[in-house]
Amino acid sequence: MGSEIIFYILSALSIFSALVVVFSKNPIYSVLSLIVCFFSIAGHYVMLNAQFLAIVHIIVYAGAIMVLLLFTVMLLNLNKESEPHKSNLIKVAAIVTGGLLMLTLLASLRTSQLPVYVSPTDLGLGTVQTVGKSLFTDYLLPFEISSILFISAMIGAVVLAKKER
Amino acid sequence: MQLTNRAQQVVQKEMTLAERLYLPAIFAGLSITIKHLFKKKATLKYPEVKREFAPVYRGQHVLKRDAEGRENCTACGLCAVSCPAEAITMDAAERKAGEEHLYREEKYAAKYEINMLRCIYCGLCEEACPKDAIYLTDRIVASEFTRGKFVYGKDVLVEKMDDRIDVSQRKKHYSIVNN
Amino acid sequence: MTLILFKTLLILIIFLISLGIAAYSTYGERKIAAFLQDRIGPDRAGPFGILQPIADGVKMFLKEEIIPNVSNKWLFILGPCIFMVTALMTSAVIPWGLPLEISGVKYNLQVADINIGILYVLGVVSLGVYGIMIGGWASNNKFALLGAIRASSQMISYELAMGMSVIAILLMNDGSLSLNSMVENQGTGKLYGFINISGMNWNVFYQPVAFLIFLICAFAECNRTPFDLAESESELIGGFHTEYSSMKLGLYLFAEYINMFISAAVISCLFFGGYNFPGISYLQEILPANIVSLISVAVLFGKIIFFIFFFMWIRWTIPRFRYDQLMRLGWQWLMPLSIINMLISGAVLIWIRN
Repeated sequence: MGSEIIFYILSALSIFSALVVVFSKNPIYSVLSLIVCFFSIAGHYVMLNAQFLAIVHIIVYAGAIMVLLLFTVMLLNLNKESEPHKSNLIKVAAIVTGGLLMLTLLASLRTSQLPVYVSPTDLGLGTVQTVGKSLFTDYLLPFEISSILFISAMIGAVVLAKKER
Repeated sequence: MQLTNRAQQVVQKEMTLAERLYLPAIFAGLSITIKHLFKKKATLKYPEVKREFAPVYRGQHVLKRDAEGRENCTACGLCAVSCPAEAITMDAAERKAGEEHLYREEKYAAKYEINMLRCIYCGLCEEACPKDAIYLTDRIVASEFTRGKFVYGKDVLVEKMDDRIDVSQRKKHYSIVNN
Repeated sequence: MTLILFKTLLILIIFLISLGIAAYSTYGERKIAAFLQDRIGPDRAGPFGILQPIADGVKMFLKEEIIPNVSNKWLFILGPCIFMVTALMTSAVIPWGLPLEISGVKYNLQVADINIGILYVLGVVSLGVYGIMIGGWASNNKFALLGAIRASSQMISYELAMGMSVIAILLMNDGSLSLNSMVENQGTGKLYGFINISGMNWNVFYQPVAFLIFLICAFAECNRTPFDLAESESELIGGFHTEYSSMKLGLYLFAEYINMFISAAVISCLFFGGYNFPGISYLQEILPANIVSLISVAVLFGKIIFFIFFFMWIRWTIPRFRYDQLMRLGWQWLMPLSIINMLISGAVLIWIRN
């Protein structure tokens, strides 16, 4: 019962903060509420007994990526006046893509059914040991491929930075 | 032209590995600072402990009286003339009959003011004084809240009979210097 | 129920102790600064100036509170709050001593023994930068913004090397991230496998390089000299807290000292055996368990106070780094060094265990 209440509070918080991200006029508030959203999602991870995932989520997303995002937003000092005027073509394209995305979402919602929340039975499921074991045995290939992807992204960034000189 | 033989040729050599690591330098610095932790402290706890002044320290002025308690000052104005900061002003007055126990000479200073904010404590007034009247002392001018209070009149400057100020050290020093 | 009561009490005590230690760190900082410069330092409030922190606190509370007109008021207030909360949160996973036994039940002197202990510390520390960034940006002041940007880029850079250096410790700890098990492992076994001093099997003897990296990164994370570029008075006036006054400034300064306290505690737990001390097993034989437990708490606090002193000692010895030097040290020296250290210690561990 207690965990259900926490679940509903967390869900409400994450949905609300996600909505604020979209609807807020001030980009800083968007970024900050995105951080709140990440936190509530990390809370969901903890509820599913995936503590490692939760804390890595916080370290990587809330602690590093969002800091960089906040960094950029603060430096750019975004406001209404500096926003470039968008042409009608772009507006139409945006509407079409948005509609397509909504169609896809609706279609997938129609075929899916709401899962029943089952509190995890295996308490060691989300610990570092089990995550590490499954990463390096069952999911070794995807893990390595994604690390290669990251390395290529890093090298690409270095190359782009060096090009200027 | 070589003035001293202490000049050193500056060489910009490649730093050694130890120097580039920076850690030995940090440890050397740490040992220097920790040595200072145990050194004798230079601070004096002021109101309780006072720093010793030199015998000729130039602080707040005093207008001396002679042994019978008569004011030495005769309002000749030499101190005011010698003062480079023009801090001293005075009004002279003639001694009336019956005032012999107050003033030593026939003429005395009715008003004698030193602006302590103008004064630079150079001591030229005491050098100029022919009558042994003005001396600088080792007292420190107290702080005030208003500028006007720094103009010291005779009430502050003239020494009190029950609180004579000893200037013998200073006199001795000047006699050594002048001879 | 008694467990909850005990934990609540423990949280309260740790909260008060961290505030008290932070308050007296300000006093200690001024005293040590004075001693290292052949001065006496504050000595007027009470004997040896022991009441100085209280006087400072009263001053901070009574000062005029100014919120700049052009600032973003809500975020301006939020900044110091976040900084303080994150500083206080970290102490939750630190094991403060051997378990206490009250009426037959053993209570761990640790608020939460979660199996991701050290990651939790890293995570919360990485959040602390939000307090600085939000405060610096909301001040609407160029100096504050520059300070905030310096602070955040510095913290992100040094977090990586910090995490990498911790991995070497995790490898030695059989992959467990719990700070409690780390401290327990340092209390058992022989040093280097043959020197038999109980409670002396400290990680620093195995991982001096990791310790050095972690220490340097801790300096950078706490914004302490030589890495206090975020609040360098000579360049940025006050850095991110230029516009802050009264207790909001006090919260920033205070939280920094709490950060220092916590990082000293984490360093002691990771590398210096936490509450373990030489001869702990001998004392356990001759003294009641609860007294040994209290002694272990005292020992941990002794280590913490030594490291706080070390932080201050460094502060009054080494001048501030230049910004490019800071970045070069973080990315070109510490980062590769910590990765190499991790690889070597992993290889050695595999070689030993086979």
